[in-house]
Amino acid sequence: MIDTPSTPLTGPQGPKPRKSFSRRNIFLYGTLLTIALFYALPLYVMFVTSLKGMPEIRLGNVFSPPLEVTFEPWVKAWSEACTGLTCNGLSTGFWNSVQITIPSVILSIIIASVNGYALSNWKFKGADAFFTILIFGAFIPYQVMLYPIVIMLREIGLYGSLGGLVLVHTVFGMPILTLLFRNYFTSLPEELFKAARVDGAGFWRIYTQVMVPMSLPIFTVAVILQVTGIWNDFLFGVVYTSPDNYPMTVSLNNIVNSTQGVKEYNVNMAATILTGLVPLSIYFVSGRLFVRGIAAGAVKG
Amino acid sequence: MKNSVEIKNLDLQFGAVKVLQNLNLEIGKGEFLVLLGSSGCGKSTLLNCIAGLLDVSGGQIHINDRNVTWAEPSERGIGMVFQSYALYPQMTVEGNLSFGLKNAKLPKSEIETRIKHASEVLQIEPLLKRKPAALSGGQRQRVAIGRALVRDVDVFLFDEPLSNLDAKLRADLRVEIKRLHHKLQNTMIYVTHDQIEAMTLADRIAIMRGGQIMQLGSPDEIYGRPVNKYVADFIGSPSMNFLDGQVKNGAFQVGDLTIPLDGYDFADSSGSAEGPATIGIRPEHVVTGELVENTPFQIEVEINLIEPTGSDTLVDCEVAGHHFRVRMDGQSKVSVGEKLRLGLAPSKASLFDAKTELRL
Ligand SMILES: Nc1ncnc2c1ncn2[C@@H]1O[C@H](COP(=O)(O)OP(=O)(O)O)[C@@H](O)[C@H]1O
Ligand SMILES: [Mg+2]
Repeated sequence: MIDTPSTPLTGPQGPKPRKSFSRRNIFLYGTLLTIALFYALPLYVMFVTSLKGMPEIRLGNVFSPPLEVTFEPWVKAWSEACTGLTCNGLSTGFWNSVQITIPSVILSIIIASVNGYALSNWKFKGADAFFTILIFGAFIPYQVMLYPIVIMLREIGLYGSLGGLVLVHTVFGMPILTLLFRNYFTSLPEELFKAARVDGAGFWRIYTQVMVPMSLPIFTVAVILQVTGIWNDFLFGVVYTSPDNYPMTVSLNNIVNSTQGVKEYNVNMAATILTGLVPLSIYFVSGRLFVRGIAAGAVKG
Repeated sequence: MKNSVEIKNLDLQFGAVKVLQNLNLEIGKGEFLVLLGSSGCGKSTLLNCIAGLLDVSGGQIHINDRNVTWAEPSERGIGMVFQSYALYPQMTVEGNLSFGLKNAKLPKSEIETRIKHASEVLQIEPLLKRKPAALSGGQRQRVAIGRALVRDVDVFLFDEPLSNLDAKLRADLRVEIKRLHHKLQNTMIYVTHDQIEAMTLADRIAIMRGGQIMQLGSPDEIYGRPVNKYVADFIGSPSMNFLDGQVKNGAFQVGDLTIPLDGYDFADSSGSAEGPATIGIRPEHVVTGELVENTPFQIEVEINLIEPTGSDTLVDCEVAGHHFRVRMDGQSKVSVGEKLRLGLAPSKASLFDAKTELRL
C-alpha cells in the first residue's frame, strides 16, 4: 500500500472558486436578458392584445394584461375575418399551406438527400461540376427568376395551381439542401460505404439500409429548414398561385391589410399568432428530437 | 500450388499522383501475405484495388484464376475487414452479419446456418442481438471479421484491423486471427504498419515503399537478409545499427577499425565486393559476456545510456564515431560509464552499397 500523506494539505486545493457576481457575469447575463426581452416583448404584446376586446384596446394600455379575457378575436381570425371579398378567415389559407408544405418538404428532402448521397459517395464523372453549378444556383437572386418561372409553369400547365408551387419550392430548396446532405454524408466514415459495397449492396440499398438510418439528425435539420421556409414563404405563394390557392401567409396579409371598416387589432394579432404557430411548434417538437439525434450520434463511437 | 490472387502490372493514380506503379504480386492459395510499410505508402490503396473499391488505372487483377479487374466487389469472392470496424450502427450484430447474405438473396435457412457457424468460431453468440454501440472494440472487430467469414469466400482482406485496439487486445486478437487462418486455410492479405504483427502472422511479407514492393519474402528472409538499407532499417526494433565505411580486401573498414568479413554471404556471385559501403548490425546480434571470445571481431566500448525494458536491457554506446545500440539480457548488471566488451559475427551482419543502398 502507498501511504496517504499524514500532514493536511495547505494552499489552493480542489476546484477553483468562482465569483458569481463578477463583472464578466453581469455583463454576460445582462446582455442575454436584454436580448431575450427584446424578442419576447412583441410576442407578449401580441398575445395580450389578441385576448382583449376592441373597447379595451382603445384605452391604449398596450402592455397591461386583458381585464376581460375573450377568445372571440381568435375565432374570428380563424373562420370569419374577411380577405378581400370572401370572409372565411385564415382556415382556407391554412389548409392550402398544409397542402403546399407537406409535399414540398417530403419531395425536396428525398431528392436532395439522394443528390447529396450520390455526390459524396458515388464520385461519378462530372460530379464536381454538377455540384458547383448547383451551389451557384443558391446565389442567384429569386427576383431574377420570378417571371421566367411564371412562363415555364404556364407552358407545363401548372401555373396558378398548388402543384406548381410545390414544384417551385422543391426546386428552390435543392441547392442548400443538397449541400447540407452532401456535407453530412461526406462526414460519415467512408469505410462503412466500402463495407456495404463488399456486402453486395447497390446504390439504393446502401442509401436506404445504411445511410438513411444513420442520418436522423440531418433529416431533422432539413425538415426544420424546409417547413419554416416554405410555411413562411409569401412571395412565391402570391406569384405562382391563384386566390383560391393562396397560402396562409398571403391570407394573413390580406386580413391585416384589408381597407374596409375599422382596424381590428385583436383579430390581426390572433391571426398572426395562428400563422406563426406551425413553425413555432416544429421548433419545439423537433428541437428536442434534434438534440437527441446529435447525442445518439456522439456515443456511437 | 495454384495462385489465389495475381496482380499484374497494376497501376493506380489519383489525378496526376501515381500511387501504385507497375506492381506485380502473386499470392498462393491459403497463404497469409502481409503488406507492410509506413503510412501513406499505398497499402490500403492496393488492398482497395484487389477488393474492387477503386478502379485501377492499368493492369489486371485475377482472383482464383478469374480476371476480376472490372468485377464488382461483391462478385470477387472476397471478404474485407476495416480498421474502423465499419459496422452498420443501426443494425444488430445479427443484422450486420446477414446484410451481405440477404443482398445475395440466400435462403433464410442458409443464412442462419452461416451466422451460427461464424458466431461459434468467433465466440460472439451472446452478442447477436446487440447493436455495435454496445460492444467493446475487440468485440466489434470480431463481428467485423464475422461479416467476412459468413460470406464464405476464399480471400480475406484486412486493412489494419487491429490498429484501433489497445496493446493487450491487439496481441490477443492477433493470435486469434492466426488461429482462424490455421482453421480456415484460406488466403489472407493483411495490411499493417506494425512489424510485430507482420512478423508473427505472415507466411510472406511484402515490404512496400512509395507504391512499390521493395522486398517480398518470408519473415526470416526479410529479417535476416534485407535487400536494401530501407528494409533493414524498417524491420527490427530497436532498429539496426549502421556504420559507414569501406569494403577493402575482404574486410570492412570504419575509422580505425577493421572488421573481417570471413563468413559473410555476399549477394554478388563473385563472393566479394569493394568500395564505400554501410554495414548493418542488429542490436540483438551483438555478443556480450564470456561468448565474446568466440567471435571473430571484438571491441571495447564505454556505456553512454541504459534503457531497461524488463525482458531486455538496451545499451547505448559509440563505435567508430557512430551511435550504436546493443541488446543485453534484462538480468545483466551494467551501469553508465562502465566499459563493455562486444563481439560481432559478420555472418549475421548486412552490407549495403553506399550509393545504391542495395545489399552487397
Ligand atoms: N482518394 C485519394 N485521392 C488522392 N490521393 C489519395 C487518395 N487516397 C489515397 N491517396 C494517396 O495515396 C497514397 C497512399 O495512400 P494509402 O494507400 O491510404 O496509404 P497507406 O499505406 O497508409 O494505407 C497517400 O500518399 C495518399 O495521400
Ligand atoms: Mg491505410
